[in-house]
Amino acid sequence: MKIKTLSAIAAMLVSTPFVAVADEADKDANLVVNGEVELVTRAPAPAHLEGAVDEVISGWLFRTSETQSLQMDDFDNPGMIFVDQAMDDWGTAVGSEGKSCADCHGAVEDSMEGVRAVYPKWNETAGEVRTVAQMINECRTDRMGADALGYTSAAMARMEALISMQSRGMPVNVAIDGPAQETWEWGKELYYTRTGQLQMSCANCHEDNYGNNIRADHLSQGQINGFPVYRLKNAKLTTPHGRFKGCVRDTRAETYGTGSDAFVALELYVASRGNGLSVEGVSVRN
Amino acid sequence: MEFTRRDTLALGLGAAALTVLPIRAVAAWDDVITAFTGGAEVGEGGLTLTAPEIAENGNTVPVSVDAPGAAAIMIVATGNPTPNVATFNFGELAGSQSASTRIRLAGTQDVVAVARMADGSFVQTQSTVKVTIGGCGG
Amino acid sequence: MAIGVKPRVKAPKTAEVGEVVTIKTLISHKMESGQRKDGDGNVIPRSIIHRFTCDYNGVNVIDVEMHPAISTNPYFEFEATIPEAGDMVFTWYDDDGDVYTTTKTVAIG
Repeated sequence: MKIKTLSAIAAMLVSTPFVAVADEADKDANLVVNGEVELVTRAPAPAHLEGAVDEVISGWLFRTSETQSLQMDDFDNPGMIFVDQAMDDWGTAVGSEGKSCADCHGAVEDSMEGVRAVYPKWNETAGEVRTVAQMINECRTDRMGADALGYTSAAMARMEALISMQSRGMPVNVAIDGPAQETWEWGKELYYTRTGQLQMSCANCHEDNYGNNIRADHLSQGQINGFPVYRLKNAKLTTPHGRFKGCVRDTRAETYGTGSDAFVALELYVASRGNGLSVEGVSVRN
Repeated sequence: MEFTRRDTLALGLGAAALTVLPIRAVAAWDDVITAFTGGAEVGEGGLTLTAPEIAENGNTVPVSVDAPGAAAIMIVATGNPTPNVATFNFGELAGSQSASTRIRLAGTQDVVAVARMADGSFVQTQSTVKVTIGGCGG
Repeated sequence: MAIGVKPRVKAPKTAEVGEVVTIKTLISHKMESGQRKDGDGNVIPRSIIHRFTCDYNGVNVIDVEMHPAISTNPYFEFEATIPEAGDMVFTWYDDDGDVYTTTKTVAIG
């Protein structure tokens, strides 16, 4: 068999599932949760993306109708199990100070409303940009006398999910100017930096090729407005840094550490690419 | 990419060989069904199996079965190392003989549902689910 | 007891006599299939919920035999007939001998 034939077979192998999956994605669907919470899954791109993309699109629109429907009802969404668990955690005292989250913050519905929409955010006291996960750990170590949670641990992911739920439906609106600008610029640089043996940057997949397929995966814009995300792949919540690590690793690179300054900067930048999309609370993806 | 006649032929053969692969014998899924039916004759009709044509991830595939008047419905994944998936036994207060769940499929395969009707007869139906393998492990 | 097992049930609080209602259940459970291997190549032993039942005032609604092909965090949706006010009891049976139950009360009206 000639090499050309082999490559033709390879081409067919590669292309067949691609077409099938792409056809399955329902790009015009509307995301309404529980028949009442309407989420924005398409928005005009924020000004800083001029020349890069015209429209920002939630990863939800890149999924099949079966996967999409899992996020349209809070009971069908398996991620809500973990929100329930985090609600228990919220009221449970931990650490040497004998305090729970609720002891300082009261009802999560009130105190955490809108928080997720504006994070990562410049923290004046710390003099740096902080993520929600970092703030959770600061509370634990500095005010509760408890151990820090693993940055991408299950306990951290579910607390982030509970907090994210309190901003569901609000537009992502992270600040990229003022004191946060320097971090944001670094995040942007990282986004466009090719890494690993495959020499791929975030942009190669998520800016240049969204809507196309990489093997059988339908590439999204890599938005993080839906995070934490319940992934069908491993049936648990994944945090932004957990996902970044997976992506960078797939370029066959040594990854930045979860919770590292580099990933915090990247999180701010990637979040800013979704300014205008709704916080989805807990999304469901493949 | 140009395809000569010979290439196209070879391509067809290669594709044929590939399509055979997913239905290689794995485990005796028909034995699992026989254990359920007791070897009785299995008919068709009156049983609906709803499964996606393409599953984005084999780890969580939504499936539904519906067989008005059934006593029990079994789901079998013919290509799984353990073909048994679930058997729904409907009680006196079942509002319908239907149920939905989420299942694991080891790869592209036929999913089979078998219903034992109230009169002791059996019906069967099946659906092919293509399981895609993602490009990104992250 | 398996760690972090938490049932969720969606059932109506009220129903008409004879009404058919939709029930959804979800329970957090890893459903370890017995097919996976750990980093050292040893098979991770099977540990699943192998049976789920729903009864209403002691009368069975559905009784499900479950195998390792049921996904992590098992989900079921089915319908029940409500003949009178009462308690709907949901029970999950774990391989390790644990039994998880939760009850929903349904009123008529």
